[in-house]
Amino acid sequence: MSDFNHRVCPATGLRIHKSAENLIKANAVVAIVFLAVGGLFGLMVALTRWPGVHLLPADWFYLVLTGHGLDVLLVWIIFFEMAVLYFASAILLNSRLAGPRWGWAAFALMLVGAIMTNVAVLQGNSSVMFTSYVPMQAAPHFYLGLVLFAVGALIGCFVFFGTLVVAKQEKTYKGSIPLVTFGAMTAAIIAVFTIASGAIILVPTFLWSVGIIGNIDTLMYKTIWWAMGHSSQQINVAAHVSLWYLIAAVVLGSKPLSEKVSRMAFLMYILFLQLASAHHLLVEPGISSSWKIFNTSYAMYLAVLGSMIHGMSIPGAIESAQRARGFTNGLFEWLRKAPWGNPAFSGMFMSLVMFGFLGGITGVVLGTEQINLIMHNTLYVPGHFHATVVAGTTLTFMAATYLIVPLIFQRELIMKGLARWQPYLFGLGVMGISVFMMGAGTLGVPRRVWDITGADALIKYDYSGAAYLMMGLNGISAIMAALGGLLFVIIIVGSVLFGKRTGDKPLEGMTMTTAANYGSDEHPKIPGTVVLVAIFFTAFILYYFVNWKYLAEVWPLR
Amino acid sequence: MAITPPPERVWWNIPIARTEITWIVIAFAWGLLMFSAMIYWHIEGEQNLSNESYRTTPAAFSEKANAMVEQYQVREEAGMPVVHPPPGSDVYMIARLWQWWPILEFEKDQTYRLHLSSMDWQHGFSLQPVNINLQVHPNYDMVVTLTPNESGEFGVVCNEFCGIGHHNMIGKIYVTE
Repeated sequence: MSDFNHRVCPATGLRIHKSAENLIKANAVVAIVFLAVGGLFGLMVALTRWPGVHLLPADWFYLVLTGHGLDVLLVWIIFFEMAVLYFASAILLNSRLAGPRWGWAAFALMLVGAIMTNVAVLQGNSSVMFTSYVPMQAAPHFYLGLVLFAVGALIGCFVFFGTLVVAKQEKTYKGSIPLVTFGAMTAAIIAVFTIASGAIILVPTFLWSVGIIGNIDTLMYKTIWWAMGHSSQQINVAAHVSLWYLIAAVVLGSKPLSEKVSRMAFLMYILFLQLASAHHLLVEPGISSSWKIFNTSYAMYLAVLGSMIHGMSIPGAIESAQRARGFTNGLFEWLRKAPWGNPAFSGMFMSLVMFGFLGGITGVVLGTEQINLIMHNTLYVPGHFHATVVAGTTLTFMAATYLIVPLIFQRELIMKGLARWQPYLFGLGVMGISVFMMGAGTLGVPRRVWDITGADALIKYDYSGAAYLMMGLNGISAIMAALGGLLFVIIIVGSVLFGKRTGDKPLEGMTMTTAANYGSDEHPKIPGTVVLVAIFFTAFILYYFVNWKYLAEVWPLR
Repeated sequence: MAITPPPERVWWNIPIARTEITWIVIAFAWGLLMFSAMIYWHIEGEQNLSNESYRTTPAAFSEKANAMVEQYQVREEAGMPVVHPPPGSDVYMIARLWQWWPILEFEKDQTYRLHLSSMDWQHGFSLQPVNINLQVHPNYDMVVTLTPNESGEFGVVCNEFCGIGHHNMIGKIYVTE
């Protein structure tokens, strides 16, 4: 109760405690620094894989690819998630942060860990890829850095849980926690599971790298490593879906169609998403098909069901709010007249569409036990997860940052004209990266390969001309995404440093007043969303069966 | 709003809108169908993994591979033996830094029990342009019973990162008429 150091937010009237605010700022800033570094690495990877450019030598390529995965998949995202957790607890619940000192300890551990692992990679002896499959060995401080980072993140999760308890005890809000906080709690619970799995596998691997443990079974390593590796992507899903609800609420005042349904959908994430370790083990020896089928489908696709529910309830909430505002003409006036010039909204909506159509559908297909045979470890895999993690998570985090700058940093955006275009530039680039990598993957191009021409190989294999074309288009898309990313970093860093102070003015592009449901609460009318969902479902069914057909054409095997 | 506590205290009693409940039922049914599809394919489909695999060691596995090469080698290519094993037999392919050894020659529409294992790190067996992809572990002998249904020259590309020579790890399989 010692923390009386707070201000009142002019937009929401919520009390914003300095301790929470400073931690949100610190985590967000470090996140964006690592996004810039990791994004640059990503551009270098794509330009090397463009056969016409072939930028880096082989050793640098594998080094940079390791750093790319580490810095954007792990460091950028988890730092930003810490900011999201503190925001969704302390700020939305009108509360002080529990144990801000622990929050700073978490921050310090994560930063030290991230730097340590980056140093290990840049020293050149740890080009083992993000997955670091044994018995390939990295330097001990590669693993140690990851462990420190994970311990820091775990402490951050407990600061979040502690804040929920403090807010409840001090009665800073009435009734149940907001949906966004509930979603963030889902992410934090999955994070605890994820980090525990990480500790179980990375601590022994560290001991093995310093010679204390003699041998680590490759299949055991992979099974547990992916209990961390895939589950950490589920933290991202829970976090970015929460932010979709948040952005729709802040920008349009939209209200969930049903609190019950949306919360149930989040609950399904907690119950079933962790099974997805199996996605990475579908063509491994030594694991039975029944285990693979049950786990790869998240127990009969119950976590996919959760995402499909959000896929209707979020656009539905937006449509309902827009129609209540008077955009009732035809099926899609609500969508045409949505705030497409507001980067928070446009980023969020593009993310929703690409995550569903590109990331979601391909993820289910890729995770089908037998279909995985014709895709495993080809470029299809990074194609798929750039749609989920970059178009899904990263683009959403960018969109949310456009709200955090005025709300938390209390600065207006600089270069507003360019900011309008930034999500489109980045989003289209990522869409290209995803589509062209998946295209190359279906033509057999492997992932994580420096050179597909086989120039130095004793035996050659020639890929089709189409595969080379795909790699070139991927390179062009990566340049576009990198420009979008660079623009984001410049706008945000510039705004934080040089933006006009917002003071007590109402904030641009934010409604903050609850819109009513269109129709009635029990029967909100969302005909446009129904059409969008029907298009999605049709695409899903077609793509799913087309891939069974592709599978049926390859050599019979059993 | 999603950023404020639900306005209704007892929000869990509010009935669900018809559009939402319909979508939930459809999506759930679709999930069941996709789940059943994998089981169905194990019964009716022709492309499934066998679940047949054994513990082995690099020494034991390479001994079997060497015996096969000694018995059935037909020629040499790029310094590597080309082996033409009899249809139906056990065939061994070694994955190691950075080669697939030996080169295999199959007959079209005949069935072979292909054994895969690694001598060192993990590797990825990627048959091109067919695009069949399997993960190869050290100390595990994975058995795949396969029936090439087209003739020609096929590449075996490594698609699991295995260090600096990864991109040069390319092998070959011939299928004769």
